[in-house]
Amino acid sequence: MTSNNSALHPGSYLDQQGKYKGILGWLTSTDHKRIGILYLMCILVFFLVGVTLGGVMKLELLRPGEQYIDAQTYNGFFTVHGVIMIFMVVIPGLAAVFGNFFLPIMIGAKDVAFPRLNLFSWYIYLVGSGIAVLSQFGGNGAPDTGWTFYAPYSIDSNTNVTTAVLAAFVLGFSSILTGLNFIVTIHRMRAKGMTWFKMPLFPWSLYATAWIQVLATPIVGITLLMVIAERTFRIGFFDPSLGGDPILYQHLFWIYSHPAVYIMILPAMGVVTEIIPTFCQRKVFGYQAIVLSSLAIAGVGYLVWGHHMFTSGMSDFSRMAFSFLTFVVAIPSAIKVFNWIATMYKGSIRINTTFLYTLSFVFQFMIGGLTGLTLGSLATNIHVHDTYYVVAHFHYIVFGGMGFAFFAAIHYWFPKMFGRMYNEKLGKIGWAIVFSGFTLLYFPMFVLGLQGMPRRYFDYLPEYSVGHFISSIGGFVLIFGIIIMVFNLIRSARKGELAPANPWDGKTLEWTIASPPPLENFDNDVVVTEHPYDYK
Amino acid sequence: MFEGASNFAKGVDGAFLFILAISFFFLIGLSAVMIWFMIRYNRKKHPKAEQIKDNMKLEVAWTIIPFLIVMLMFYYGYVVFKPMRIVPKDAMEVNVTGMMWSWKFEYANGKITNELVLPVGKAVKLNLFSPDVIHSLYIPAFRIKEDLVPGKENYMWFIPNIEGSYEILCAEYCGLRHSFMEAKTRIVTDEEFQKWLAEPTPIAEEDKGLAILQNNACISCHSLDGSKLVGPTFKGLFGTERTVIEAGKERIVVADSAYIKRAILEPDKEIVKGYNPGMMRAYDKVITADDIKSIIAYFESQSKLPK
Repeated sequence: MTSNNSALHPGSYLDQQGKYKGILGWLTSTDHKRIGILYLMCILVFFLVGVTLGGVMKLELLRPGEQYIDAQTYNGFFTVHGVIMIFMVVIPGLAAVFGNFFLPIMIGAKDVAFPRLNLFSWYIYLVGSGIAVLSQFGGNGAPDTGWTFYAPYSIDSNTNVTTAVLAAFVLGFSSILTGLNFIVTIHRMRAKGMTWFKMPLFPWSLYATAWIQVLATPIVGITLLMVIAERTFRIGFFDPSLGGDPILYQHLFWIYSHPAVYIMILPAMGVVTEIIPTFCQRKVFGYQAIVLSSLAIAGVGYLVWGHHMFTSGMSDFSRMAFSFLTFVVAIPSAIKVFNWIATMYKGSIRINTTFLYTLSFVFQFMIGGLTGLTLGSLATNIHVHDTYYVVAHFHYIVFGGMGFAFFAAIHYWFPKMFGRMYNEKLGKIGWAIVFSGFTLLYFPMFVLGLQGMPRRYFDYLPEYSVGHFISSIGGFVLIFGIIIMVFNLIRSARKGELAPANPWDGKTLEWTIASPPPLENFDNDVVVTEHPYDYK
Repeated sequence: MFEGASNFAKGVDGAFLFILAISFFFLIGLSAVMIWFMIRYNRKKHPKAEQIKDNMKLEVAWTIIPFLIVMLMFYYGYVVFKPMRIVPKDAMEVNVTGMMWSWKFEYANGKITNELVLPVGKAVKLNLFSPDVIHSLYIPAFRIKEDLVPGKENYMWFIPNIEGSYEILCAEYCGLRHSFMEAKTRIVTDEEFQKWLAEPTPIAEEDKGLAILQNNACISCHSLDGSKLVGPTFKGLFGTERTVIEAGKERIVVADSAYIKRAILEPDKEIVKGYNPGMMRAYDKVITADDIKSIIAYFESQSKLPK
């Protein structure tokens, strides 16, 4: 196998391929690595848009009363912030960027099973995102329903709800097709000798994720179509004044949108399970337990959606059953945390920016998970349901979890993707600011929620001022940190030191080929004989 | 925060403390182990990793033990929650209507108010209704919350334990003025409550008009103090001239009785310049002709006040 140490070695996937040059060459390429980069660029742009909206909201909430934006604008902002972050950043997130780039390489394949379908998925993503952006302008203004589109408010609101819902519908297809592609790829294209239980754990987590994408996304697709039909043709599915049932909407919405949280977090767990063994130079502890817990999360995660509806008037038996199942799904997550920490035991730990993001992931994921227990318990849920406690819990899981895993992944695989090293010193400074900003921003929200501060409030009572003030300051610190991190990555991609093929002494297949990888990944057919984490 | 302001507060807080204490134990324990490993097995000190074999017993242990702990949490939460849904037979019933964007409380004797006045130490059942979208009645001090779902009946109950005034908030997002959908609950002695309950609702025509404006949530969008909300303010309305747009054409009208009546029954026909159509429903089967008279009487009385 090649071990070319030059980033500018001929035949890298960054060189011209196909008949088109420049940007057109990228837009027509079916190379899984290029598609991964296309997703990365889009997600980076949308992430920064979502961050900006969040920043403006934090500025407005710095002090009670109306400051810079009015209530309608604020309601539009938290809706758009949610739609962008959930449907365009976090759900595609790790799977679309790093899944596309590394899944085929890690299982020793030349590409995914359906390369053209893969490019088509990206175009669907682009169209869906375009519609979402469009919903912000024209018509009667930005949608103001929250990203959950709860009926009957979403049926009554005269803002651009239909456009936003259509965007989420279209984005769903991109997700389904990517999931399908990954399932077939994993089943059919593993290298010779790579049995299921010799497959690395990031592909395993993508496999569990892909099944949720394929099986759960159609439900939200149909539900969103029903909202459009109800708004356009006044068919009474959900609005009681048309003979519909608003609770039915909540069931259908959460049957997808709860598993969607696992679509977000499973690949994040997979990434962390790759990084920890590499940076500890240790065989991952409890490989099989980690695989089984991924599958258990995907399975049981399907059955817990009702915990979003504990105060909805749902039957008391349903409340009990969903509370029970919610506690059951906590177990596989706990098993993963124990295994990660056990993998560090007697390792040889290298602490750099990548690993600091990984450790912050584990820490924040623990806080997010443990506060989930108080939300799953019926008695305590009643008090903190729909308050800032939920906002804090959710952001600890999705941003502190998935977001930080994304930051860890982009640093971990940066040398492989761009053939250059990131600046370690600036990276560590960026991490320190991002981590402190995150904690200042979201931790006070737990306290606000316990004090009874409801979510989605444009204004608040004076007793909640202190918490909001600290949280807003944290928001500004976090944005500053993100700017440093992004600056470091963009600069390093152009000017960083050239990266060797295997800068972290990793064992999985992507570290056996040149940085950046050649067009078809491997020169010869790969034969796997060892376990993926066989450190000696 | 209030200590035990309702019969459920102590139970909920107890369950919280129980779960949080165990959570803190695990969070601090696991983080400490992680930091200790980082220092102890840092590559500078520990250049060569030792390979550890998987341990089936350990995996089983850290599956079973957390499972037992969370089952305990589930059971505790369920036991405290269960009585919240079982209303005592002697509970006093109050019908609560949450609408965009105000609260209305109706007592058994027909008294309607915007403030929830309750006797201390007595069980009360709130029957929850919504005419428009989903709202959620939340009294943080009492640790209770339940949604008001249009087209469905829902309820909650509690016993207030301490006299005082507490915030009622809307916890389910319901549109433009969601964050302003507040009310107060005032807990008084039984004697005071009976006296308050017996007081008749205001009888003067103009007072009745104001009560109708409050009960139909008109003042959520039309302020009484001159501030601009979704719709134009009621302040200084009666007898003044205003520019309206009817079928795309601007004209000037005087806000007399006939205009006010039209504006209530067909709000989208003449739109005051600077405001959006489609924001207000027609009130033709909701507010009776008599009630409209009272509303006009209220506006008229306001215009006679010294400016």
